[in-house]
Amino acid sequence: MRIGVLALQGAVREHLAVIDRLEHEGSIVKEAADLVRIDGLILPGGESTAISRLMDEELVRRLSQLARDGLPLFGTCAGMILLANQIEAGKSCRLNAIDITVHRNAFGRQIESFETKLTITGIGSNVPAVFIRAPYITRVGDGVQVLAYHMSNSKTTSSSLGFPVMAKEKNVLVASFHPELTDDLRIHRYFLAMVEAAN
Amino acid sequence: MMERGTFRVKSGLAEMLKGGVIMDVTTAEQAKIAEDAGAVAVMALERVPADIRAQGGVARMADPTKIKEIMAVVSIPVMAKVRIGHFVEAQILQALEIDYIDESEVLTPADQQYHIDKWAFTVPFVCGARDLGEACRRIAEGAAMIRTKGEPGTGNVIEAVRHMRLMNSQIRNLLAAPEEELMRMAKELGAPHEILLIIRREGKLPVVNFAAGGIATPADAAMMMQLGCDGIFVGSGIFKSSDPAVRAQAIVKATAHYNDPKILAEISADLGEPMVGISIDQIPPHEMMQVR
Repeated sequence: MRIGVLALQGAVREHLAVIDRLEHEGSIVKEAADLVRIDGLILPGGESTAISRLMDEELVRRLSQLARDGLPLFGTCAGMILLANQIEAGKSCRLNAIDITVHRNAFGRQIESFETKLTITGIGSNVPAVFIRAPYITRVGDGVQVLAYHMSNSKTTSSSLGFPVMAKEKNVLVASFHPELTDDLRIHRYFLAMVEAAN
Repeated sequence: MMERGTFRVKSGLAEMLKGGVIMDVTTAEQAKIAEDAGAVAVMALERVPADIRAQGGVARMADPTKIKEIMAVVSIPVMAKVRIGHFVEAQILQALEIDYIDESEVLTPADQQYHIDKWAFTVPFVCGARDLGEACRRIAEGAAMIRTKGEPGTGNVIEAVRHMRLMNSQIRNLLAAPEEELMRMAKELGAPHEILLIIRREGKLPVVNFAAGGIATPADAAMMMQLGCDGIFVGSGIFKSSDPAVRAQAIVKATAHYNDPKILAEISADLGEPMVGISIDQIPPHEMMQVR
């Protein structure tokens, strides 16, 4: 399969390397014309404001359409922010592809960044997860399934499960953290299974 | 289990900045302009390198009030500079919860012999390097990001090019060398042997390497990217030009589309006056910042 990686800024190389390790073809996407002949698309981590500014209107329009048409999409960290249909504190949204509200830099500044292990529905336990100035999900729509929660030792939440950090709605998968910074390939395998099922 | 300040968390933030532009700013207004232009981070400092060069005197860490003002207005990461070896300035920046500390030759060094022990901090560090040996020494001290030194405040890219080319060629030699030559290479480069082993295993530096020191135009940024750097620092180049907002946007775009000369031609047009540059051979040897 051919998996696109949005390559305007951020951790592009890492996702391409994982796609390669899983023996699929990675493909760089910078503009709308690059969206042809891809079976799925990964939106990597990076700075969401910078990536958002580098996406031209044609790319946004075409990508939103593909999202509605069922193209499998996976957003990590900044990618999740770009895919969400609502952002806390009034920042504008880009793709409106998944019915969640996201809080940017929700765990705090870099000094609060951390790594941990998560139990993820449909994937397994002890999945290493690197959270870097990470967002979390503050609201999920009816059709959205939360796949993983993180219980922070410094931030409190009313939920006994913790903060939602990974979710899925139909063809769209999002994670607050960076599976591409670890050697554990289970999350990418899960996304590739979604891509396979869609084709 | 939840671990903060691991090397993966520190170098991970730098990985997320790849393909982006980090801009020097001296005020909250400039920080906002940089963020709006698409900067991936800003570097808070008292004076840009060109002014430090022109005015002389001892250049130090910026006033915490100024740093806090900048941190308050932008949502992108905020970095700040400390003097080489000045671990207390670094402790202060960590207490302010700055996102990245630049132990920088742009400021007046505080220690002639030693750099900061960067492993002792939770906040990650970026350091300048002119060659592979210097990069490896800084990584061994705990730096989670490397940048070329170039020659700051000159608007002249020649030194950044030299440092990037040298580092690339030294890495190529290292990857091609037979095992028995490694120890001698470590000695000649002044590089810790174990860091060389990591580079051989990974085929590249274990941290990102950005270009810095003299980048003033979109073409400069794109050239450094084509030479293989991971991203760009622009110091004086933006806010010493005639139209900072337009130039900042153009450099951001050039860094993202560095391989597309058509786009580069478009965005290089009508940017106003770039900063006035300095020829390197006009700088007296004792005023060179890169040798610090």
